[in-house]
Amino acid sequence: MTGAALPRRPGLRERLARRGLDGTTLLVLPAALAILALFVFPFIEGLVLSFLPKQGGPLANYAKFFGDPYLWKTIPTTLGIAIPATLANIALSVPVALRVRRMKRQRLLTTILVIPITLGTVLVAEGLLNYLGPQGWLNRTLMALHLIDRPVRLVHNYWGVLWSLVIAGFPFTFLLTLSYVSGIDPNLERAAATLGAGPRARFRTVLLPLMASGLAITFCLSFVQAFAVYPSAVLVGAPAGSTRVISIAAFQAAYETYDDSLASSIAMIMAAIQLVIVVLVLAGRSLFYRGPAGGGKG
Amino acid sequence: MAIHSKDFRTLRLDGVQRDFGAFNALKGISLTIARGEFVALLGPSGCGKSTALNCVAGLLPLTGGTISLDDTRIDTLSPEDRGFGMVFQNYALFPHMSVARNVGFGLAMRNEPRAQIAEKVAEALRLVRLEGQADKLPGQLSGGQQQRVAIARAIVVAPPLVMMDEPLSNLDAKLRLEMRAEIRRIHAHLGSATIYVTHDQDEALSLADRIVVMRQGEVRQVGTPEDLYTRPATVDVAEFMGFRNMLPATMAGAGSGTRARVTVDGAACEGTPVGPLAPGAVTLAIRPEDLRPQDDGPLAARVDQVEYRGRAFFGIATTPGGTALHFRAPSRVAPGTALRFGADPDRILIYGGAA
Amino acid sequence: MTQSRTSILDRIWILAVWTFVGFFILNLAAIVGAVAVNSVATRWLGTWLPKAYTWHWYADAWSEFQLGNILTVTFEVVGAVVLLSGLLGVPAAYALSRRDFPGKKAVMLLFLLPLLVPPMTIGIPLATVLYRLGLGGTIWGVILANLVPSLPFVILITIPFIDQIDQRVEQAARVFGANTLRLFTHVLVPLLTPGILAALLLVLVRTIAMFELTFLTSGPTSQTLVVALYYAVSAAGVRAGQSVDAMAMIYMVTTLVWLVIALRFVNPTQIVGRQAAARD
Repeated sequence: MTGAALPRRPGLRERLARRGLDGTTLLVLPAALAILALFVFPFIEGLVLSFLPKQGGPLANYAKFFGDPYLWKTIPTTLGIAIPATLANIALSVPVALRVRRMKRQRLLTTILVIPITLGTVLVAEGLLNYLGPQGWLNRTLMALHLIDRPVRLVHNYWGVLWSLVIAGFPFTFLLTLSYVSGIDPNLERAAATLGAGPRARFRTVLLPLMASGLAITFCLSFVQAFAVYPSAVLVGAPAGSTRVISIAAFQAAYETYDDSLASSIAMIMAAIQLVIVVLVLAGRSLFYRGPAGGGKG
Repeated sequence: MAIHSKDFRTLRLDGVQRDFGAFNALKGISLTIARGEFVALLGPSGCGKSTALNCVAGLLPLTGGTISLDDTRIDTLSPEDRGFGMVFQNYALFPHMSVARNVGFGLAMRNEPRAQIAEKVAEALRLVRLEGQADKLPGQLSGGQQQRVAIARAIVVAPPLVMMDEPLSNLDAKLRLEMRAEIRRIHAHLGSATIYVTHDQDEALSLADRIVVMRQGEVRQVGTPEDLYTRPATVDVAEFMGFRNMLPATMAGAGSGTRARVTVDGAACEGTPVGPLAPGAVTLAIRPEDLRPQDDGPLAARVDQVEYRGRAFFGIATTPGGTALHFRAPSRVAPGTALRFGADPDRILIYGGAA
Repeated sequence: MTQSRTSILDRIWILAVWTFVGFFILNLAAIVGAVAVNSVATRWLGTWLPKAYTWHWYADAWSEFQLGNILTVTFEVVGAVVLLSGLLGVPAAYALSRRDFPGKKAVMLLFLLPLLVPPMTIGIPLATVLYRLGLGGTIWGVILANLVPSLPFVILITIPFIDQIDQRVEQAARVFGANTLRLFTHVLVPLLTPGILAALLLVLVRTIAMFELTFLTSGPTSQTLVVALYYAVSAAGVRAGQSVDAMAMIYMVTTLVWLVIALRFVNPTQIVGRQAAARD
């Protein structure tokens, strides 16, 4: 710039402040550093470590994982548990959320449903072992009703893990879905009704499209939780067989064979699979409407 | 193909009640609306006007009474089976659909052929002057444009009855005046009966063929805008239909013709009784613009303040008895001036009972 | 949507939905109930309910599993996590709410990622790093590991609370002569107390229940209650089942007490929801 009487160039502090960087902004630093040190750094370390196997070339761990059916088959096993559990939770959540949002007193129900989330999977697993066991109340009830002759094996197999994921996962999925559904302006549905849309048409044309993007997020969050299932796969599943999920493989590598490098590789593979699923679902989400679900101004 | 509303003779509300628990939001409303009529439900918030509209729309079930279209009872039908059009206060446009799909929604629900829907949507958008906006999403439109889409969506199905729930309350003053004219034009073009809910008496006066004044879940008065403005049937309707001085007075006897004589603050004057009057306390209702300073006027008062409101001066004066008088003056009057006021006896309304 | 008439099909559908909810809650009650009943049973085999009841399993569990030590560790960990995530998180949330600076989106992503990656995935590399630093298996390792989800959680929950406080209130305080410290102590902290309290209570509940990260980073002296419970359950057969369930009850009560307190201040959906919180 050339010109006479150029105004005093503002100081550095002033220039930074204009861009939003001042003392207040620095308050974000301690937390950001903590997350960098405790999350980003270990993650990068893990990634590097996964390419430094105990023996062999940089990709030896990955070659080992995908070459050994005992290891790579944990992926289809995990997906085979996580995807049905997530889909079931969403399929159950949507109709319940659609009804519950009309209730004035949702709090009692939401409070009851929050209990299994806070108790966590370990306690739910212990409860399932008692409740679904051969002498448990469920088998006794079914036998008393003469639906079965002898106890059905409900735990220590695939179904045990699936139940535990539904018990712990449904409330989570439901509460997320409820928060999305509650965000839809009830007047939209009323408007559709006055225009001749019956309940099913209203669901198809108004509610579902407005919920779709929220359901995609819900799917991602629920899936990521189900994919990393560990305690219930060990406690109520068959950890050496039908529920040998990828977390178990990672844990064994780290704490039973003390191969940090292989364990890190498996953790990275887990992260990659989750990322792929999340990206796929979110890419699908971009096909849907994503704006606010209000009916207009105000 | 032009949009014209389906025919019917009368829509009848008969003793319509709606309770919310122990609260009676509607205490037995009866009303008949004729084909093509523009009826405004007017009243302060909480008077039950929106509840009444939702009952007609089928969005709220009745707790008593019936609603019928000609000879068919419709109050048991769900909203989607009534075939009315409704414009919501916050427009309730489907945010995920283009303007054209919003407007065509009702037609699609009636399974009309695509080509016909496109044609009707185009015509409706022309009618509300939104040609060229068909492919936008509602979020990309201004408030006034969204309002037009909401109207187009309600009228494109050619409903026998269009309901509007405070449709202009979210717009700024200038746009409100414009849209008021638009609504009048569209109504004239379509000729469908319209129920228009508002708390704004100007809107009701300028739009409606008939105004239904509601208060506390009851109909207080039904009449043409002129009726209501000049001859409110009760004190509370008088208070609601534009500002009036409400002066406590005492009956003094019959006046000339149909008039009555009263004393107010010791001064005698004549006015027009509304309804039967008993001896004793009555209330006079006089608009500020009807109350003029005149040398031989019966009411004496001292001016407290005067303000200029464009074209005229409005002031407040106090009578010796302590009653405040709002009046219009042709010129500025200094505070403290002693004046006498009078009014045309036709414009002095006398209601029974104390104010 | 209220309708004057509900068709039979709709009624069946509504009934089905409520039946499912009822069935779910019944099963939930049964799962918790089975643990509770077993923990006070003398012997419970092949019957609907045990023949006789006793409290002695609680005493057994207390001594067998050294619950005194475990509870101490649990509350030390939880207390430190709550304190640290509050001290680091609230100022960060304040900065993120009040300032718009270059790279803010990246910082938000940085705080969002730890919540999107499941603890098992980050736990393994984190544990590796902590063990290399000599923190693995110590109580400090457990505290640091638990900060990974807690700190972002506090930030994301607190931001909407700070957004709600009108900035003009702060400006008014400045105009009337408050310096930054006084602004914080006299204006912001009182206004923010409900929000901070809510966030910290949620972190507390989540940290008590956080299994994976603690499991991967703790050693014998730094186990929290939930990890100890996992070991007890997975080693079933070694100890009496009733004793394990007594411990499960102690864990459940510990969690639920705080949950009940938390629910006085927050909406249940917030326990789930970064979304719910971020959207409000």
